[in-house]
Amino acid sequence: MTDGTRGLLLAGVGGQGVILAGMIVADALVRAGYDVKQSEVHGMAQRGGSVFSHIRWGSDVESPLVEKGSAEVLAAFEWAESIRWVEYVRDGGAVVADIRTIVPPGSCTDRRAWSTNYPAFNADLFSDRRLKTRLIDASSTATELGNTRAANSVILGSVAAFLDIDDVHWEAAISKLVPKGTQDVNLAAFRAGRSVPMAQIPAPSPDPEGFSGPHEIDIRHDWCKGCDICSRVCPEYCLAVSVDGELTITNAQACTGCRLCEMLCPDFAIAIRPPGAQAIVPEAAVIGGLTR
Amino acid sequence: MTLDVEPRVDDRRSVLLSGNEAVARGAVEAGALIAVGYPGTPSTEILESIAARADMDVRWSTNEKVALDVALGASLGGVRVLTTMKHVGLNVAADTFMTMAYTGVGAGLVIVVADDPGMHSSQNEQDTRAYARMARVPLLEPSDSAEAKTFTALAFDISEEFDTPVIVRTTTRVSHNRGVVELGPRTEKPVVGFDRDPQKYVMIPGHARTRRPVLLERLDRLSKYVEGSPLSSESGTGSEFGVVTSGIAHHYVREVLPDARVLKLGMSYPLPIERVRDFARSVDRLFVVEELDPWVENDLLAAGIDVEGKPLFPQIGELSPDAVRKGFSEAGILPKQISIEPAPSTVARPPLLCPGCPHTPPFLALKRLGAVVTGDIGCYTLAALQPLSAMDTCIAMGSSIGMAVGMAASGGADGPVVATVGDSTFLHGGIPGLADAVYSQANITVLILDNGTTAMTGGQEHPGTGTTLQGSEVTPVDLVGLCESLGVRDIRVIDPYDMGATFSAIEGAIAHVGPSVVITNRPCVEAPTKVRDTPYQVVADACTACQACMTAGCPSIVWSEETYEGRRKVVIDPVTCTGCTLCAQLCPPLAIIPVRVGEESDHD
Ligand SMILES: Cc1ncc(C[n+]2csc(CCOP(=O)(O)OP(=O)(O)O)c2C)c(N)n1
Ligand code: SF4
Ligand code: SF4
Repeated sequence: MTDGTRGLLLAGVGGQGVILAGMIVADALVRAGYDVKQSEVHGMAQRGGSVFSHIRWGSDVESPLVEKGSAEVLAAFEWAESIRWVEYVRDGGAVVADIRTIVPPGSCTDRRAWSTNYPAFNADLFSDRRLKTRLIDASSTATELGNTRAANSVILGSVAAFLDIDDVHWEAAISKLVPKGTQDVNLAAFRAGRSVPMAQIPAPSPDPEGFSGPHEIDIRHDWCKGCDICSRVCPEYCLAVSVDGELTITNAQACTGCRLCEMLCPDFAIAIRPPGAQAIVPEAAVIGGLTR
Repeated sequence: MTLDVEPRVDDRRSVLLSGNEAVARGAVEAGALIAVGYPGTPSTEILESIAARADMDVRWSTNEKVALDVALGASLGGVRVLTTMKHVGLNVAADTFMTMAYTGVGAGLVIVVADDPGMHSSQNEQDTRAYARMARVPLLEPSDSAEAKTFTALAFDISEEFDTPVIVRTTTRVSHNRGVVELGPRTEKPVVGFDRDPQKYVMIPGHARTRRPVLLERLDRLSKYVEGSPLSSESGTGSEFGVVTSGIAHHYVREVLPDARVLKLGMSYPLPIERVRDFARSVDRLFVVEELDPWVENDLLAAGIDVEGKPLFPQIGELSPDAVRKGFSEAGILPKQISIEPAPSTVARPPLLCPGCPHTPPFLALKRLGAVVTGDIGCYTLAALQPLSAMDTCIAMGSSIGMAVGMAASGGADGPVVATVGDSTFLHGGIPGLADAVYSQANITVLILDNGTTAMTGGQEHPGTGTTLQGSEVTPVDLVGLCESLGVRDIRVIDPYDMGATFSAIEGAIAHVGPSVVITNRPCVEAPTKVRDTPYQVVADACTACQACMTAGCPSIVWSEETYEGRRKVVIDPVTCTGCTLCAQLCPPLAIIPVRVGEESDHD
């Protein structure tokens, strides 16, 4: 029967140890005498992708998957992941969210706004949804105890505060499954996690100052020998040398004015200026005393 | 990671095992002596979990076809043998598979095929149950870890009783689900020995013709067997409606309709048609809930049994309790679902190449060179994503080289044609493609990304690594010698951590007329050994925020709070940086330098 079956979701980023944490929870629940099913996804997702572990327990568990709106607790090992999975938590359930941020490099791509689409901290986000909320800084707590890597045990301690499972079972599971030699620090981290304080939310980062929009790109074609240096170094792939050796601007809009092309051109054949500014490459330039 | 099932038993006989560990345990208890396969998510951990057993010979093969050939040979030699692969692996092994259905087996032979509905880690979501029908091979579908063990063990008995290979089909949610399993003892099955029988095992047309009727007659016997078999079971009460289901879908049905009449099929090919017919008579409406294609539904409809299935329960993607609930509410069995407030939007988090991945520099070069890149399957496929965006095709393991040959022959490529293939993939299915490139003197470059492991699936050994699944040393395949002997005249070996050398080697190889090969030689930073060198840091005052380092897409580098001329400077996470030096090589103002000794944060 599914009556009384409960669910819990752990979520984080590949490499954070979500799957091991899930095994610890499942092991503790088995020790507490429950039927348990745990489901997770390996493989591709583990290369820095979003990773989760569903755990369900009761007297006779059917589905290993937690349905949306049914989890007792969501434990997120990373801020953005706490948001991704929040709809799985039941009305009145709890969210334990680590304020650790792992910004994916793919979100550092907007060369106009220069801001990521990484979600801002919002302590009300969960309470607005009628969820009990615990924002914690597990890494700091673990570091204070002597090993940053015990952070996941701090999170599990925090989760344990919302579940009625005897500590004996948690501690037995932790001792069995964490790497040899780290049992003590992980047990200490687990105990600290039960009463870990609310984390201080960091202030948002200021917007950048200065113009970084498309610049004018001046090319002196009679000086350019088509060596390809500038086009190979342009971080925005704005330039290309054609098959017949001519430098062309292929994506003027992408220019951010970084000037790498200008600085690295051995022949001073390319220059960058903000729109409206005077051309820096004069018609007949005098460089190092030589007229070219 | 090698999980040996035995030490986890503790003092309890019930243990928590993943579906994969449970499959392996089933083979152990059935007395299998050999287990052989090729890695592929979600099947990989089956062999890894029993690798350390002294009483079994557990090994990786070069590919799934070889694995199945090894398995058949072993079975004819008279030992029970388990073979494992992911769903697409059976495509590779299909040639052997289709004809071994004719020959039958010696001792029990079980093929575990792990499907991946939802394509969590796969290039397609084909349904293995189609192969069972095409080959007329029985197929069992466990629904959880407990059944994964018992069904696998039973599959050996069925294999021997009916003289047939048997498929145990799992899905991602069964393979990667942990559940409680009762352990039993290992049965000892001595080697029976090979019984020479050319009429049965030499499939020349004259012999094969005599085996074809045997195949159909065997299917008949299997159909009778399954009618009375405890593999099918009924639960629930009521006559308003009934549900026929199999695999993980069974648990979803029981979850959303705990009391409904359910007929669960443990063997979903061949079907217990008469049993289903009786069940159908006892209810007013009959539903079929099955993941992926409507195989059971079609078989029942063909037998004249009226059922409802697709599209109530979608054939695209995996099922879930939510999806099954939705289907039954559309059918009017369950009330309309209450909608759940959706989660606010958050940042996309696609998988990435690791910090310091040796695959990154060659793809950066290929992007700069404007190459048309026919890719292949492995971690390096991630180079197709931003910001590298340096791969144009990826179809099936080993396809890259043949596709490059064809792309070059078409004359339609707008840049040099380069095939990129991992070491494991090259040995798995790339060698015939390279022979073809030489044979047709194709003007292509083949980049063999030799990171010394099968990284994507978690770092398995292969014939090129010189180590076995147990870690013992063997002679590795010599890639340079192999390419030479195939007739490649331009072969370069490079350290991909040297960006300049990588660039010029690839450029030089592309300039060579005819097939050329570039082989990289840096190990993966994750397996077999975790590589963690002195991390690098950004000197903020020297950073001009040019974004040159960001072109590599290293996950350790992100924007900082500081800006320069309106652009964001960058910072390096010292904990995840592996110290590969790539970003430092890319940085024109030399703003990226190693963290000084004593400044290092704790990492291993
Ligand atoms: C036919 C088939 N078998 C297995 C797999 C699973 N699989 C995906 S990538 C891969 C191998 C990757 O190894 P390699 O080519 O060495 O590249 P790496 O991941 O190390 O970069 C495997 C086995 C598959 N996709 N298709
Ligand atoms: S696991 Fe190895 S091959 Fe795969 S992305 Fe990481 S470093 Fe690269
Ligand atoms: S050295 Fe640079 S590119 Fe390499 S892992 Fe560290 S931050 Fe990434």
